Amino acid sequence: MSEKRHFSHIIRENWCKGCNICVSYCPKKVLELRGGKVFAARWQDCIGCRMCELRCPDFAIEIHEREDQNEVTRDSASVDYALPPEANNA
Amino acid sequence: MPALDYFRKERLPHIWCPGCGHGAITGALVRAIEKLRIDKNKVVIVSGIGCSSRAVGYLDFDTLHTAHGRALAYATGIKLSRPELHVIVMTGDGDCTAIGGNHFIHAARRNIGITTIIMNNEIYGMTSGQYSPMTPKGMLGTTAPYGNLERPFDLCKLAIASGATYVARGTAYHVPLTIDIIEKALLNPGFSVVEAISGCPTYFGRKNKIGGAVEMLDWIKDSTINVKAAAVLPPEKVAGKVLIGELHSAPEAEYAALYMELIGRVQRRYDDYIGEVRECASNSD
Repeated sequence: MSEKRHFSHIIRENWCKGCNICVSYCPKKVLELRGGKVFAARWQDCIGCRMCELRCPDFAIEIHEREDQNEVTRDSASVDYALPPEANNA
Repeated sequence: MPALDYFRKERLPHIWCPGCGHGAITGALVRAIEKLRIDKNKVVIVSGIGCSSRAVGYLDFDTLHTAHGRALAYATGIKLSRPELHVIVMTGDGDCTAIGGNHFIHAARRNIGITTIIMNNEIYGMTSGQYSPMTPKGMLGTTAPYGNLERPFDLCKLAIASGATYVARGTAYHVPLTIDIIEKALLNPGFSVVEAISGCPTYFGRKNKIGGAVEMLDWIKDSTINVKAAAVLPPEKVAGKVLIGELHSAPEAEYAALYMELIGRVQRRYDDYIGEVRECASNSD
């Protein structure tokens, strides 16, 4: 069993039109729509098949393999900017 | 995506509806160009009028947005004056088969080195969903409220019969396949046709009660079958489905190259003639 590879999601929210194509065709159900825009909710599960990137009509999502391969606990893709920062401490 | 360098990023997001397949096909073209590492300055993209033809506004090549249906005529002029360029035509089903039908068959007959990508959304999307020559029989449109009676074109068969040397069909659902066939179409020296089936969730999907963007792509997936799979499957499983994949590939001599060769030959003969005339004139003195 090879080591798990990690991928980061680059999402251009201002280009996303919320058509739901990437969300429905993701084989690992990584993506979600939040506030009408795509959001990498379970980014740890991503296997890097790039089906979302290829089928996105708006060029709004991009998958990059992480170079360091270390599991990260928090990066820009895992932050839900729709929530106010105080909500994390509530 | 390094292919993003090929976009005019300040023009994005594009004006296409949410879930429109045209974006995926434009992305496939750009990825194919990126794979082949073609120089940006050696590509000219020509388009006509329609939803599909808006694509050139977002692509950072030399682009031309021309009269309705006449994209292939303009592209023929470009190819004949600069044969070293990659000329790509992005056109829609109405633009290519209805308004520009004659340009299409004659460009295919000449086998001029143009790659034509027909984004077939099976309807006139920009003008609110009138039926086009590619709308399947029985489907609804705003001008066919009780179902379309006309039989659609099989564009790939039309292109093969007209003499195109590379003909393939991709879809907005099967993007890796579409990238692959666009790549091969760009490498073919003659006239290449790529029909890319693209969903129009706004007019075609809604009028025919197929559903939204995702259901539209599912419908494309269910109504198509790869030509390699179709060759081994029993005929009842293939019946009524649209074949996708590489349908025809028979490279032949390209028109612009033949034309340049002819110019060279005639010029040489004319130069010889002028030379002889000069010789006579100098001898008579």
